[in-house]
Amino acid sequence: MSADVLTPIVDDAPVRREGRSPGSRIWGWVWPKLMAIAIVLALWELLYLILVTWTGKRPEYIFPAPATALSSFWEMVGTSRFWEYVATTMQRAVIGYSIALLIGTLVGLAVARSQALRAGVGSLITGLQTMPSIAWFPFAIVVMGYNESAITLVVLIGAAPSIANGVLSGIDHIPPQFLRLGDVLGARGVARYRHIVVPAMLPNYVSGLNQGWAFAWRSLMAGELLGVAGATLGLGNALNAARNMNDMGKLEAVMIAILIIGMLVDGIFTSISGGLRRRRGLTIDR
Amino acid sequence: MTIRTRGATPPTRSGGPGAAVLELRGVTKVFGRGDAQTVALQGVDLRVERGQFVTVVGASGCGKSTMLNLIAGLERPTEGTITVDGNVAFMFQDPTLLPWLTARQNVDLALRLAGVERARRGARTQDLLELVNLGGFEDKRPHELSGGMRQRVSLARVLAQDAQVVLMDEPLGALDAMTRDKMHDEIERIWTQLGLTVVFVTHNMREAVRLGDRVVLLSSRPGRVKRDTRIDLARPRKMDSAEVATHAAELTDALSEEVAAHVG
Repeated sequence: MSADVLTPIVDDAPVRREGRSPGSRIWGWVWPKLMAIAIVLALWELLYLILVTWTGKRPEYIFPAPATALSSFWEMVGTSRFWEYVATTMQRAVIGYSIALLIGTLVGLAVARSQALRAGVGSLITGLQTMPSIAWFPFAIVVMGYNESAITLVVLIGAAPSIANGVLSGIDHIPPQFLRLGDVLGARGVARYRHIVVPAMLPNYVSGLNQGWAFAWRSLMAGELLGVAGATLGLGNALNAARNMNDMGKLEAVMIAILIIGMLVDGIFTSISGGLRRRRGLTIDR
Repeated sequence: MTIRTRGATPPTRSGGPGAAVLELRGVTKVFGRGDAQTVALQGVDLRVERGQFVTVVGASGCGKSTMLNLIAGLERPTEGTITVDGNVAFMFQDPTLLPWLTARQNVDLALRLAGVERARRGARTQDLLELVNLGGFEDKRPHELSGGMRQRVSLARVLAQDAQVVLMDEPLGALDAMTRDKMHDEIERIWTQLGLTVVFVTHNMREAVRLGDRVVLLSSRPGRVKRDTRIDLARPRKMDSAEVATHAAELTDALSEEVAAHVG
């Protein structure tokens, strides 16, 4: 009798996981954020106490207390004007980002296919990604005019390289055995992309989309701050207007709105990417 | 039935009664050029008849996997010809299940890529999963299955390709002993039931004797057929039976001589 026989069966049972209720899942998602907000507010209040109340280095109207800013924020959220700002800004973001999504994805797929393109364009993409997109504004204004398309162009240039890089890193990280399996199963041409390449690259692609969004959002705010936008006003324009009027309550209220929108969109990407990883068994459920 | 021949020399058709379902003639595979050149296989002749279970054993680096890749058409031989009568399916060492698909979808994909229409795929997938004893686990994803179960899904997927020749590259190497023994029974049952032709590569001599109608020993660097032994023991065999042990010991000696000669 060999020692093998004494090995207990540990392998042939399915892995079990306890499911969590939706309520506890939402709470698990919410409480760290509430805690982070509480920490920020506490630090802000402390800074306010030091600068304004105790030392008097700054007057109250220059550095309002968090309570003042928050009440200003609530007041602003109640106005239709605020929602017009948000709508304008989001429309610009969506247009610029959608074009970036299309171009970035196509460029990424094309570059991944060819070694020569890979060597040349690959480093160019990384270069573009590290280049602050605000540096494109003078160029965009001259070429596109002092209007919406200048903003769209810069948002596009901000987001597309990250998206293309997401495609490239996604394709680079496909385990070679999946490609070999595709060969063995006879997946060629479009079928190979549809059933093997695209699903396998998704996690990295979604990271690229998320990063692309972050760059798009920054570029958009920079553009609006520069006042490129002409007639319709967005959040960045509102920020600029508040600065001109020395209305610090409103300025901070707009900043809070910009932060919240950024976090919400990031939350969408995080939940997509979390779902992908969970279904593939890449996360550890606790 | 299709006859596919690939090789460096013009294809030769084999035919007539009792013809081999798989035939390698003078197959040589060289990797690299000049000084960096490695001869993985040299002048390999192998004839496998329909319904045979052939196990291939050799020291690591003897070109076992290269041989399977050549038969599967993933690589081309440098010299010689390979004739396969029918389709070839490949079962890897790693189950290689796509993690974004369930067990059912993994099997279904093979059918789909083979051009089976949707209406017929559902029932076929179910039959295959039941054939490998995975009924009830169809909607699990690979990470929710144990190693043995994953390898069963992989087996179901191989069977979905409806191939006449099934190549297995050490498919059970990563399993624990008990799961592996169970898989031996399963593979043997399915092989008999479906009348498959199997070429099974392993480095475990007892496993080779347990499963094979024939055990082919490959020498290393360059890989050649050193010995081709018929195993006439009654089935089903047991890995730890005395007969299997005796045959395995004898073959291991033959292989050790080869390794010693090679090293010396």
